[in-house]
Amino acid sequence: MQISGRDNTRYQAFTRRAALLGAIQGAAFVVLAGRMYYLQVLKSDQYTMLAEENRVSMRLLAPLRGNVVDRYGRILASNRQNFRAMMISEQTADIEATLDRLSRIIEISDFARRRILRDVQRSPRFMPVTVAEGLTWDQFAKVNINEPDLAGIVPDVGETRDYPYGEELAHIMGYVAAVSEKDMAEAETDRQLMRLPGFRIGKEGIEKTYDKELRGTAGSSHVEVNAYGRVIRELAKDPGKPGQEVVLTLDMDIQRFAWDRLKGESAGAVVMDIHSGDVLAFVSAPAYDPNQFNMGLSNEQWRALVDNEYKPLVNKALAGMYPPGSTFKMVVAAAAIEAGINPAQRVVCPGHYSLGSHDFHCWKKGGHGAMNMHQAIKYSCDVFFYDVARRIGINAIAEMARKFGLGETYGFEVPGEKAGLVPTPDWKRATRGEPWHQGETVIAGIGQGYLLTTPLQLAVMTARLANGGYAVKPRLTRAIGGQLLPTPRPASLGLGEAALKVACDGMNAVSNEPGGTAFRSRIPEPGMELAGKTGTAQVRRISRAERLTGVLKNEQLPWRQRDHALFVCYAPVHAPRYALSVIVEHGGSGSAAAAPVARDIMREVLSRNVDRPQAVVPPRGSTGAREG
Amino acid sequence: MLDLRRFTGRELRLTDKLVEFNWGFLLLLVLIASIGFAMLYSVAEGSFSPWAYRQALRFAAGVCILLIAAMIDLRLWMRLAYPLYGVALAMLVAVEVVGMTGMGAQRWLNLGFVQIQPSEIMKVTLLMALARYFHGLTLDEVSRLRNLVIPVALIAAPVGLVVLQPDLGTAILLIASGAILLFAAGLRWRYFILSGALVLAAVPVVWGRLHDYQKNRVFTFLDPERDPLGTGYHILQSKIALGAGGVFGKGFMEGTQSQLNFLPEKHTDFIFTMLGEELGLAGGLVLLALYFIVLMFSLNVAMQCRNQFGRLLAIGVSMTFFLYVFINTAMVMGLLPVVGVPLPLVSYGGTAMLSLMFAFGLLMSVHIHRNVEISRGPSAFW
Repeated sequence: MQISGRDNTRYQAFTRRAALLGAIQGAAFVVLAGRMYYLQVLKSDQYTMLAEENRVSMRLLAPLRGNVVDRYGRILASNRQNFRAMMISEQTADIEATLDRLSRIIEISDFARRRILRDVQRSPRFMPVTVAEGLTWDQFAKVNINEPDLAGIVPDVGETRDYPYGEELAHIMGYVAAVSEKDMAEAETDRQLMRLPGFRIGKEGIEKTYDKELRGTAGSSHVEVNAYGRVIRELAKDPGKPGQEVVLTLDMDIQRFAWDRLKGESAGAVVMDIHSGDVLAFVSAPAYDPNQFNMGLSNEQWRALVDNEYKPLVNKALAGMYPPGSTFKMVVAAAAIEAGINPAQRVVCPGHYSLGSHDFHCWKKGGHGAMNMHQAIKYSCDVFFYDVARRIGINAIAEMARKFGLGETYGFEVPGEKAGLVPTPDWKRATRGEPWHQGETVIAGIGQGYLLTTPLQLAVMTARLANGGYAVKPRLTRAIGGQLLPTPRPASLGLGEAALKVACDGMNAVSNEPGGTAFRSRIPEPGMELAGKTGTAQVRRISRAERLTGVLKNEQLPWRQRDHALFVCYAPVHAPRYALSVIVEHGGSGSAAAAPVARDIMREVLSRNVDRPQAVVPPRGSTGAREG
Repeated sequence: MLDLRRFTGRELRLTDKLVEFNWGFLLLLVLIASIGFAMLYSVAEGSFSPWAYRQALRFAAGVCILLIAAMIDLRLWMRLAYPLYGVALAMLVAVEVVGMTGMGAQRWLNLGFVQIQPSEIMKVTLLMALARYFHGLTLDEVSRLRNLVIPVALIAAPVGLVVLQPDLGTAILLIASGAILLFAAGLRWRYFILSGALVLAAVPVVWGRLHDYQKNRVFTFLDPERDPLGTGYHILQSKIALGAGGVFGKGFMEGTQSQLNFLPEKHTDFIFTMLGEELGLAGGLVLLALYFIVLMFSLNVAMQCRNQFGRLLAIGVSMTFFLYVFINTAMVMGLLPVVGVPLPLVSYGGTAMLSLMFAFGLLMSVHIHRNVEISRGPSAFW
């Protein structure tokens, strides 16, 4: 009873206070109703006038997209005027009729017409919708002159992206294109801006990587508009902030030269500074014209790109994966030295190497005779490396390959980087569920089998050989928004001097000693000599029967089955500064199809005084004794 | 008194509950929500997508939640009060942690299949936990200082987390609904006077810690004309649209201010403005009247209830709902500064709608179980 009595006082207190709260609620609603009466009855005329005659509207202004320039400030991507015709649907009585009238002046395809009608449906009635863009000056003038007849059509000058070098830089620059629903959903900021008609964002390459930096900050314009939505005057304007300029490490002269040398082929090439990692040229051929992507491709244009056997949409220097072939022999040589093998020790090459019941062939049918490591690199003897590979084992080879940057990505500034593949027994067991065979170790010794590398990785491999064994990484950006990016200081790979020396001396011999596989592609000018290594990566299997009847020459095969031609090199040989890799897909032999191209590009690089950031590691001559 | 004899001493069956359930109240909610659908349809210029359709689906889900919550025994809700509060608090902490790792929006928790806003859930569970706590105290005990430690901690923990997000509007709502429960539980007046004085003293300190945009909102509220194109833009445009609506409005889907995009966020926080422009004073008053009926009903539920937990819970739900309606409408009319508070049942938004429907489900459970006596001691149900 007592508890219930206490509960009673509690209940009474509650009831009093609840009633008070109820009264507060009632009073608040009276205030709200009163305020509504004030606004909607007493002040209605005033606000109606404001609404009808003097409406303030805020419009977003798209910022100017930042330029992309090469290391000397040459413009690689900028903006140019885009003459266009917009339509404000609330200003026209009959959209279809207006479009008909406009189509007498400029062509509007059925496809475009459907797109326009869809856009009109989707946007608010006062919002301009793009009807046509990329107009010539003549067309634009005609639209302007006929404006009085074209109610609702507004001529307008916007900005569009311009790539003066077109396909030469397509795979680096990427392109910009209209914002898709997916982009919209993924965007964390700037959604309003992205809804602006004609706004474009980076979809590939540098345009995508630095989209945020290049995009800038939207401005706004506060305008007074009349009841028909026509702007009466601008009240305030915030121009926003244009996007930042991105400076690439590229040297456009070298890029152009390399492109010209490789166009027509299906190929990839990378030139980089061995100390800083600055990429001076980055070619993937064939390519597409990013300017066309701006305005959207027609179906035929798109099909032509997709169906092209040479795959112009694939960035071969970054995402093309090829067996490294003989260019991998330096890695095996270095692994052998580190494993304690004496480089002077000779292996006799009779033209083939037997393992169990299987024969592995050297590219030279009659054999090379007795070879030491230096000679084996110079003549690219396969048998020597079969033997060495078997002795040191696949794990030692794989470990060294990883040190040289194979089988990994570097966080390169262009999206789509591929890691390639450095196989190990563990990898094979995990992915294929099969044990590793010793024959697979043997062919890995000459860069065949499961091994896969990209041209970018081969350039990095060569740079790390040439710079004295430092883990340099490639980079494409020198500065953003006027701020120079710091040049990273690469860590040492921890390799012995001997391992690097035997690889570098071998490469020197390849191109500068008579009999070397690239002797014909040497640079004779003193001080500009290059040290290189040829590679010919087999694409198809050669059967035993074929061996007996005679192996078909590349020229006799369909293009798809021909060998890939590879060449890696660095120069100048006594004070290395640049590394270069070239891959010509199905080009035939490395010495014939890749080495001359590489030689020409490297000579071009050396003949230019590249403004190089200070070396981060001391240059090291590979054969110091011959210096001076 | 008849009810009393009918139910005391035996448990309610589901059929009893369905009879006791106030179907008129549910109809009232459907009516209010339908006004919201209509406005969302209008905002999308006569289209069910993207807003009206999804909002209707959510409301349907909300009705299910309400029915289930109403059928569950009030004593079970009381037993669940602390655990549910704990879950909501854990989710708020999770938002902080996940937010740290760069998820972008820090108010949201992504559960994969659904995104939820834990601060909305906390608004309900806080009421439950406080009601549960004060249920166990007599009137004399409520005002003892040591008995205030737990409720203040219950309020302070989520408020602190929400302030970190930062979401000042929600923090204020949490404090307000907590204070209301303390008040309804019978806490002495002097505590309120004292804390009021403390708040006044703290104003200068808090002011220094506000974000610039928050300071701007206050400045702008004090003088909207001061920055007509910046932060004052919302209020000014909202007032113009309301005023231009007049007594009977410009007609459904004819609101030029809203349709021409002068009005920002018109499908969420400023949806009342759009209603005021298109349906005028008449439409606005109808909606306010519907809201008022909901409030009076829930107040009545609180007064009729025979157990303290139900009484406190009902008044908590009632007052929280009231705060939403009042803050939102007063904001769009220029009576309060712009804070991000949606208009209940009408503004577009997921978690807010569902947690509100859950709260109404609890209210209905209180109504159904109004004659159930629950003893004060904890032993009865643990």
